[in-house]
Amino acid sequence: MSQTETVTRLNNCPPPTEAERATINRIGTGGLALREKLIFEHSVAGRQGYSLPALDVPAVELPEALNREDIVGFPEVSEVDVVRHFTRLSTWNYGLDSGFYPLGSCTMKYNPKVNEAAARLPGMSGCHPHTPEHLSQGALGLMFELQQALAEISGFDAVTLQPAAGAHGELAGVQMIRAWHQAQGRSRKKILIPDTAHGTNPATAALCGYQVVPIASGESGILSAATVAEYMDDDVAALMVTNPNTLGLFESNIRTICDIVHQGGGLVYCDGANLNALMGIARPGDLGMDVMHFNLHKTFSTPHGGGGPGAGPVGVTEKLIPFLPKPLVVSDAGQYRLNFDRPQSIGRMRSFYGNFGIMLRAWAYILTMGGAGLKHASEMAVLNANYIRARLEDTYHLPYPNRSLHEVVFSDKQLAGDCHTLDLAKRLIDYGYHPPTIYFPLVVHGAIMIEPTETESKEVLDEFCDAMLAIAREADSHPELLLQAPGLTAVGRLDETAAARKPQLCYKPAE
Amino acid sequence: MRYIPHTDDDVRQMLATIGVDSVTDLFVEVPEAVRLDRPLELPEPMSESQVLAEMKRLAAQNATTETHTIFLGGGAYNHFIPTVIDQLISRSEFYTAYTPYQPEISQGTLQAIYEYQTLICQLTGMDVSNASMYDGASACAEAVLMAARATRRKKMLLAASLHPEYRETVATYCRHLDIELLDLPYLPSGRIDQAALATLLDTETAAVVAGYPNFFGVIEELAPLAAAAHQVGALLVTAVAEPVALGQIKSPGELGADIVVGEGQSFGMPVSYGGPGVGFFAARQKTVRSMPGRLVGATRDKDGRTGYVLTLATREQHIRREKATSNICSNQGLCVLMATIYLSLLGRRGLREVAAQNLAKAEYAKQAIGALPGFSIPFSGPTFNEFVVEVPGDIDVLLLKLEQQQILAGLPLKRYDATMEQRLLICVTEQNSREQIDILVEALKGAAA
Repeated sequence: MSQTETVTRLNNCPPPTEAERATINRIGTGGLALREKLIFEHSVAGRQGYSLPALDVPAVELPEALNREDIVGFPEVSEVDVVRHFTRLSTWNYGLDSGFYPLGSCTMKYNPKVNEAAARLPGMSGCHPHTPEHLSQGALGLMFELQQALAEISGFDAVTLQPAAGAHGELAGVQMIRAWHQAQGRSRKKILIPDTAHGTNPATAALCGYQVVPIASGESGILSAATVAEYMDDDVAALMVTNPNTLGLFESNIRTICDIVHQGGGLVYCDGANLNALMGIARPGDLGMDVMHFNLHKTFSTPHGGGGPGAGPVGVTEKLIPFLPKPLVVSDAGQYRLNFDRPQSIGRMRSFYGNFGIMLRAWAYILTMGGAGLKHASEMAVLNANYIRARLEDTYHLPYPNRSLHEVVFSDKQLAGDCHTLDLAKRLIDYGYHPPTIYFPLVVHGAIMIEPTETESKEVLDEFCDAMLAIAREADSHPELLLQAPGLTAVGRLDETAAARKPQLCYKPAE
Repeated sequence: MRYIPHTDDDVRQMLATIGVDSVTDLFVEVPEAVRLDRPLELPEPMSESQVLAEMKRLAAQNATTETHTIFLGGGAYNHFIPTVIDQLISRSEFYTAYTPYQPEISQGTLQAIYEYQTLICQLTGMDVSNASMYDGASACAEAVLMAARATRRKKMLLAASLHPEYRETVATYCRHLDIELLDLPYLPSGRIDQAALATLLDTETAAVVAGYPNFFGVIEELAPLAAAAHQVGALLVTAVAEPVALGQIKSPGELGADIVVGEGQSFGMPVSYGGPGVGFFAARQKTVRSMPGRLVGATRDKDGRTGYVLTLATREQHIRREKATSNICSNQGLCVLMATIYLSLLGRRGLREVAAQNLAKAEYAKQAIGALPGFSIPFSGPTFNEFVVEVPGDIDVLLLKLEQQQILAGLPLKRYDATMEQRLLICVTEQNSREQIDILVEALKGAAA
């Protein structure tokens, strides 16, 4: 197929009826899909896409045993080939700037452009991590201020910025919990994890050598103090809880639960992925939590980049400060420096000091919003989730009655015509939306987890709700529209089973 | 509040639809006693111009290649970044997208990752690559955990010449997992002591972990390390902090490595005070199911069109939870894209040429500095684009004198090893002109005099 051949979208999909067309959000649902092959298939021997200055010193030959003759398989393409290739690929992606992205628990809020400009200042992006401290005062000062701000927002006594992502922060946090117990001469073996926690929590606990004990949240969707008391014993190192949990519900008994765990000699880890619901409203540190990670890319508006980079700072209470990863940014009489002299530290989580480029975007966001702005963001995020809930709860099954915070979870129980959550999600694509998170949390059968965030307007939410309601009607009247969706994309539903059974993970040119 | 669209009227209408009187009523499940009863103590909200002014104020306090001539490496490298990269990654379809959970509308990200996996395999000489880790050091730690899983053994031999921050990260990850970490010493050449390796290796050993090039810039001889490891059923893990070297030196796969990890920052990412970069991770086909992290695979849709999906997710946290191979969730998606664009532009010859320039310029600097009175080159092994120098006199005084000439001459190694009080790690890349190198040599000579 020629590279320049174009195909109109809408191929292979039964056209929607006039009535259905009227409800379709037209944004991002029309236009051309550009075909594009792999970069390797553009390769022509002798082409080049780079230029180098002439070598101004004598060339050097490596000994033959070390010298590489060729990089077999690498493409040979011009700069134009590269630009066109990746531009075409970009048109196959749905980003937050393309439209509404209600991916629950991922907090896809608008990514401000000023943050990007700040990150690209040469004085920021060009600062080498081994620059002497007195010549990196801007970077260190920013990190120190960000540590302080995150501590204030979360109610913790100290914050490390080193972990590279939320799950990496979890690992740092659980390592600190383990180190704290060991410092007290205890070797507890279990970590309690409710079924409403994020999926990375059990994996992290296991990675630190702990035995994971699952706890059921029960009918209310939130943890009861009595349940925690029942599981709490001398072998429990910690409870790992997500608050608000992955059902979008606030753990109302959390203060009592923290007391129970503390009385039993354990600590409480808070997965901070859902902090966007609580800024300026309640602080996990004040609730009795001992450790929490932040997801700067979620709560503090830094872009997700198709899967990262993120940043996962960790806040701790006083007693865990000695165990924070090293180095830590400290301030000595107005001079900022890196403190490596931390004998009880769990050590390093990675090289250097963390994802600085992400930290500075988060700092730009905090400066823009201020304290009152952050609180307002949380309030509007919760308002938006509850508005969607109110508009859809008569049509979609709502498994938990408690008031939702920033995200709301429905199930596919009331969806007609043998249609399931996956089909609904794929049909939403035809309507021009990124689908919500599906089949998570695991406690809800056929879960549909919607998180609108505060940056979406009432009009956007209304159009989305109209689409959700139209799809529910389609499931009843024309279920094939759901079952065959999406029909407007570069590819249709992909065979994931075949992909896993015979993995093809690397391009090999045809012989 | 420019990121929040709601007018008072919108809020009123929405509250009416919900059936509550005020926004506060939405927080009914948050008990009064645990609410914050004061405003957050943070700076007042700033306008866009104020935010930019503040960021510029901070940026002006950092030394960079615009203010100084820089010879710093040690895990982060100052290479030229083609203009195309920032232009392309600034397309918001790429940078404002999430992890590609819905493949039909994420083919851009997924295909780019598939291309990245292929490029990493070609570069490292391995069969399979994952879709990236946080950075080189944490990828190295994950490689050690994978070696323990694959061999069901607990003893690791970590080269003392491996980047110290990689060594520390490995130690953090292994702290509670009953994995024994032993030091593998190096010789005056700066290369791993193979006689010591022979005595340390036994049938309990899971892996030998070597830098390639190592922390001192020295290119290790991998083939004999691989042979020795394989003889007792252990794996060879190589960690590449400076992957531009792979444009000139033989691939670890060709020399017998079983797992190749490294840091991809050199491939089109700014040094950005140490992050973000990207960890690459590649291994042999037979071990693919015990690899950590995400993988992208090719498949077809119902009409036979080729497409790409996240695959083999049964190894991952969101399916098996406590049985997961790692807890990796986010990867470094946008950095993967940067590396993919960089490697595509440079291509088959370009990366070799960049590497050749790094090699030649560093060698030129090494010869000139080694010939200065009072200076010496302590390691005799061949180096790539950085090398260790033993300097005369007080190293802090020397470095300050060079700073006054706007030169950051290198990384003093005493931070990592007290016995290296007089040693400096100097890095020269294609960004350093001959003139800059000559000025450095003169400045070192003058400062030491």
